[in-house]
Formats: sequence, structure tokens, C-alpha cells
Amino acid sequence: MYGNAYVETDGKQVNSLVADEDPVKLAEFEARIAAGEKIEPMDWMPKEYRRQLIRMIEQHAHSEIIGALPEGTWITRAPGFRRKLALMAKVQDEVGHGQLLYSACETLGKSREDMINDLITGKSKYSNVFNYPAVTWADSAVIAWLIDAGAIINQLTNSKGSYGPYCRALDRICAEESFHLKYGHDNVVFLATGTPKQRQMVQEALNRWWPPIMHFFGPSDKASVHTETLMRWKVKMASNDDMRQQFLNMYVPKIWDLGLIIPDPLLKKDETTGKWSYTEPDWEVFKQVINGNGPCNKERLAVRRMAEEKGRWVRRAILGENARYVAPLS
Amino acid sequence: MSIQSLDPRVTRAHIEENTQEGMQEPLDQLQTYEVFQQKKRGTHHQHVGSVHAPTAELAIVFAKEQYARRGVCVNLWVVKTSDIFITEYEDEDIFSTTPDKYHRDPESYKVMDRIKAYKEKQLQQS
Repeated sequence: MYGNAYVETDGKQVNSLVADEDPVKLAEFEARIAAGEKIEPMDWMPKEYRRQLIRMIEQHAHSEIIGALPEGTWITRAPGFRRKLALMAKVQDEVGHGQLLYSACETLGKSREDMINDLITGKSKYSNVFNYPAVTWADSAVIAWLIDAGAIINQLTNSKGSYGPYCRALDRICAEESFHLKYGHDNVVFLATGTPKQRQMVQEALNRWWPPIMHFFGPSDKASVHTETLMRWKVKMASNDDMRQQFLNMYVPKIWDLGLIIPDPLLKKDETTGKWSYTEPDWEVFKQVINGNGPCNKERLAVRRMAEEKGRWVRRAILGENARYVAPLS
Repeated sequence: MSIQSLDPRVTRAHIEENTQEGMQEPLDQLQTYEVFQQKKRGTHHQHVGSVHAPTAELAIVFAKEQYARRGVCVNLWVVKTSDIFITEYEDEDIFSTTPDKYHRDPESYKVMDRIKAYKEKQLQQS
């Protein structure tokens, strides 16, 4: 489960991105990507390619680990044994996805310890949606259906990228997430076709989650040389707006089908262009939340710090003699 | 101030909001093992990824959770990443002559023409 990666487009010009790179190696690298070949950890790569991938994969890994928290809240109070089993399996999947992604990121040269330090000190980001609470069981249903739906769109897109270890991790992740989507849909349908109270619960959860869902794919990409370069390097595979459109096109009809109301009076599809129009999400709120001022940021990081702190003595006690860290091979 | 959460487990844990706890030191995330999976008896084990683990025994436990969660698997191997020797992609030309070695290609041994010619010659002589 994942939001988009916030690719840094901080106004640098393309010349400065690759200014000190060997032009021959750069040309070979770009030709390899253009030919559809994957880049492997031991291959030469531009520094900016490495930097952006580390940033992206690391954010993705953190999102999986932190994303387990809002949903995990409902494991102890899941309605019924089957749903409890399914939710436990889903949350365990997400944590496993975090492991796969951390390993993929380590192949680029950043240790897992450094990534976790950057997470708990707030230096690295994770998907913004996980700074919101799952207030009722219906929230966990909406997360499992619609947030995972968004994540799958993003991950399928990125799995066609150029970096081998990331693509392989995403292939495995996408295969596992198809159950999450079905499970989430099943839960939402159950509530939406249930008693008036259940319908009210799911409608209220949708009202709470719609703004974060619209934020999920990130603000419109600025057209820049930088974005263009990242697209050519197949680091970024689609624009944030394109992925948001794809999500709306696939899921709005399914939500309406259940008689639920999406809290955006401007939301509609232009049948001639096939594009959806909607109320522009409040990006100031998005910025505030991502910078630490959301309803759950402090709790998420505090829980993560506690887990690292309380688990340390166990990890130390069982670490084999002559332990030696080497980055995963692929 | 300790965290008050919608999740009763978090509230009960009395976690402080602002601490420096949890900072990582080297090997806090253990060491790495590469994982090889056999999906079916009779097939080769294949590399599927890696795990972080303190010992080989626990690496097997984690590998099962990580790589044998779905589908079928009959056997797993793990080996410390640091014990693996690898070739460099830069040296991949060491493999480039492999397809040129026709003397190892069964198709490069063509004897029928020679046998035919020999038989014809025998016929002419008799």
C-alpha cells in the first residue's frame, strides 16, 4: 500500500543534474533504458538517478511500515473472526512489503539503519494518508479498498520502471495486493448494503477519506526539465494527474454504484474528453500535514520509535557472532 | 506528555511524544541473507530476494514469511550475502565468446554429405 513518491523538482536545471557525469557512460546508460533494459545495482548510474530512486523507494518502504498502523488499530476490534484473520494477513503483507522495499533501496547504497533514523527523526517522508486516523471500522474498510486501489495504480505504473530491484519488489507486491482490494471492497459493500446505521458509518468514513484520497497522488507535476529527465530515465512513469484520473475513472462509478455520495459537488466526467473534473484539493492542508502537523504524525513516529527501542535488546541478544552487514545483491 | 490515541493499545503503552529513543546503530537491523526457493520437487532452487536476520535459522523463518506467503514452495535455502562471490557486469565480455564455440554445437557436426559421397563412390567402383 502506498502513495506517490514526491519526486523533488526543486528548480534545478538538467545541466546541473548531470553536469559532472561522464558523457560516454551517460549516453550508454540512457541508451540501455531507452532499449527497455533494466539497470542493476552494480551498473554505472548518474548520481541524480541514484538519489531520486533512494528517495522514492525509501518513502515507499516507510509508507508500508507506517501504513500498517492505522489498519492495525482495528485488528483487536474487527467484527468477526474471518475479518480479523484477513486483516491480520493484510497488515502482515504490508510489513513484508516494507521489508522488500527496504532491501531494494539498500542495493543503492543506503543502509536500513540510516533509513529508519531518517524516518523517526522526520527527515524522510511517507505517504501522507497515513497521518489520518481510522476512526471506525468503516474507515479501515475504506482504506483497504480505496487507498489500496490507489496504491495498486501507482505500483503497477512504477513496476515498468528502469531499476531492476525496485521492479522485482513491485511485481511481488502487486500480486499480493489484489487480495487487499477484494477484501476492502467486500467490507465496504457489506456496510453499504447493510442497515441504515452501517450505511451511515461507511458514508461518514468516505467523507473523512475523500480529501486524503484526492491528495494521494500528489499535486500536479510542474512541467520542468527535471521531470522530463526523470521520465526519460524511467524513474517517474506517469504524471500525478494522470494517475489521479485513472483512479477516478476506475473507482468513482463503483462508489456511486453503491449509492454512496462522494463529497465533491464538482466531480463529474466529461464524456467527450473522458477526463474527470473535480474541486482542486487543498494543497496547503496537504503541505501542513506532510510537514508534521496532521492529526496522527506524532503518534505514528512515536509508535515506530518505541518499537525500535523496545525491540533492540532482543535483536542484540540473538545476533550471531561475527555478524557482518552487506547490502542485498539484487 | 504521553500519546493519547484512538487505538487503546497505543494509549496503554504510555509512549512519550518527544524522545530521542529508537536511534539506530550499525547492525541494529541485523545482517543480510540471500534466499533461494524451490517451488516444486525436481526443479532448481531460484534466487528470490533477501532477508535481514540475526542467524541462519531465523533467516529461514523470515524467508518463509517473506517469500513463501503465497503459492507453492517445497524448500528454502538461505546463505549469508557476504559469503557470495559475484562477477562484475563490467566483465560480461568474458561470456561473449560462448555462442561462437561451434565445436561444442551438435549442429556443427554434419557427416551426411560425406557419407553420401562415400557411398556413391563405392557404387561407381563396384
